[in-house]
Amino acid sequence: MKEIVAALQEKARGLRVDIIRTLHNSRSGHTGGSLSVIDMLAVLYFHKMRHKPEEPSWPGRDRLVLSKGHAAPAQYVALADAGYFPKEDLKTLRQLGSHLQGHPDSKGTPGVEVCTGSLGQGLSMANGMALGLRLDNSESRVYAILGDGELQEGQVWEALMAAAHYKIDNICILVDANGLQIDGEVATVMNVEPIAEKFRSFGCHVLEIDGHDIAAIVSALDEAEAVKGRPTAIIARTVKGKGVSFFENKASYHGVTPSDEELPRALECLETREYKKGETDI
Amino acid sequence: MSNMIATRDAYGEVLIELGIENENVVALDADLSGSTKTSGFARKFPDRFFNMGIAEANMIGTAAGLAAAGKIPFASTFAIFAVGRAWEQVRQSVAYPKANVKIVATHSGVTVGEDGGSHQSVEDIAIMRAVPNMTVIVPADGVETRLAIRAAAAYRGPVYVRLGRNKVTTIFDDSYQFAIGKGCQLRGGNDLSFITTGLMTAQALAAAEQLQAKGISARVIHISTIKPLDEELILAAARETGAVVTAEEHSVIGGLGGAVAELLSERCPVPVKRVGIKDRFGLSGKAEDLLKYFGLLPENLVDAAKEVLLKK
Repeated sequence: MKEIVAALQEKARGLRVDIIRTLHNSRSGHTGGSLSVIDMLAVLYFHKMRHKPEEPSWPGRDRLVLSKGHAAPAQYVALADAGYFPKEDLKTLRQLGSHLQGHPDSKGTPGVEVCTGSLGQGLSMANGMALGLRLDNSESRVYAILGDGELQEGQVWEALMAAAHYKIDNICILVDANGLQIDGEVATVMNVEPIAEKFRSFGCHVLEIDGHDIAAIVSALDEAEAVKGRPTAIIARTVKGKGVSFFENKASYHGVTPSDEELPRALECLETREYKKGETDI
Repeated sequence: MSNMIATRDAYGEVLIELGIENENVVALDADLSGSTKTSGFARKFPDRFFNMGIAEANMIGTAAGLAAAGKIPFASTFAIFAVGRAWEQVRQSVAYPKANVKIVATHSGVTVGEDGGSHQSVEDIAIMRAVPNMTVIVPADGVETRLAIRAAAAYRGPVYVRLGRNKVTTIFDDSYQFAIGKGCQLRGGNDLSFITTGLMTAQALAAAEQLQAKGISARVIHISTIKPLDEELILAAARETGAVVTAEEHSVIGGLGGAVAELLSERCPVPVKRVGIKDRFGLSGKAEDLLKYFGLLPENLVDAAKEVLLKK
């Protein structure tokens, strides 16, 4: 287990480097929320989920819905690293003609299951997928990742009500609770706390973890899989911009990408050995 | 052939048939299953029916997820809620990914009646027509509804089907061949063309009869698929008769009349008169009184025909 955790930590570190390089290259996209969610994505794509990158439509796969679709760069670097498409494609993020749209688009990107990004809609779709899989007696599970700011959308609570009502236990909801949204602190803009109590009262089995603690993510996902008769929600407390000290906990880095000046410092924070002075590409 | 059946009743029947034929057909409703007629499917296939409660946004999103899992979901509620309350879910979760979701909305137009303007959708065709990837179908009667629902199930992609609350005259017989994107000529004529949809097609047939008595020969073209529009049929009617009256139980803005006017202004400009609801909300009242109040009777079509002929 220790080796697995260490390997996943290293994987997450590498994916952070990819996020920084990809966003520096695209000069458009969401840095903070990509860095806060990447540890969860690393554990899901490289440990927990059953999937076949060479066969994205494999019926037996587990599904991931990134409802907080603005963190698309995090999903893209994970998918590229897993082998769904060449890493070269990351250089085309947000460009005309690229399959890597600003927000996840299932029509073009292998491994992206549905279109997300308009906040509040992902959990409903994840529920529908889970219900469909259940009708087929499939053992596949669905992972839905929401932001904490996203919880301000009423549709999330409609969907949560339905997940409990229909006893959807092949779904696991992960809340990337980084505490920040575009206009500032979630608690200041429109408080969503206490998140865990709210999810519990809506009928979920709730776990609260440090969303950057790889071992805690692994064990929470394992526990979620064992829960029957109701959905599980993992409230992951995270740091927006995690891993790059001068991005951390800053709402101002929500939709801002690393500048030329910031790139080497950001990579230094991530202790990448590959970085060579003057290199600005992915 | 029964004379009068509500399109929603025909939907409820054919949905059960589809459920029997294809186990991937599932249905969702938002606490209106008795009214939208998905309740029959719910009784027959309780495991494949999902009542989502009074939460239309979540219903549409859930339908999109079911489609992503390979199901053929039919999601139903009143038109005002399917298109109004859940518009952005229809756009983002259904149309944008081209999800295989069938949105079958009932209680459209002013013939909802007594519930009043809050519940009478007069702009849903315009809104759905503007959304990329969306197919929009407005059947005229029960026969066509059955065929349209079957065609929607067979088609891969988002479809919006607009149905009504009340019994309407059956105008098609069992020989009718329905195809998405194809209109049909129900009556020949050379002086002008009625191009109509939904329950207004029966009104147009009655109007054409009245005009015949006055020596005016009116062609009647029924357009059930408002998008994609049967452009060739409409252009031929415009070319051959030189004047067009459109009619729909919907706003004159952006619906069938809007679509026909857009097409003809670019490719075959002829005098056009749009009959419909004139940019206003509905009202409480009896359905037949409302049709009269809003000018949706055969005599209104006769007047529109005379008016358009003067411009020819």
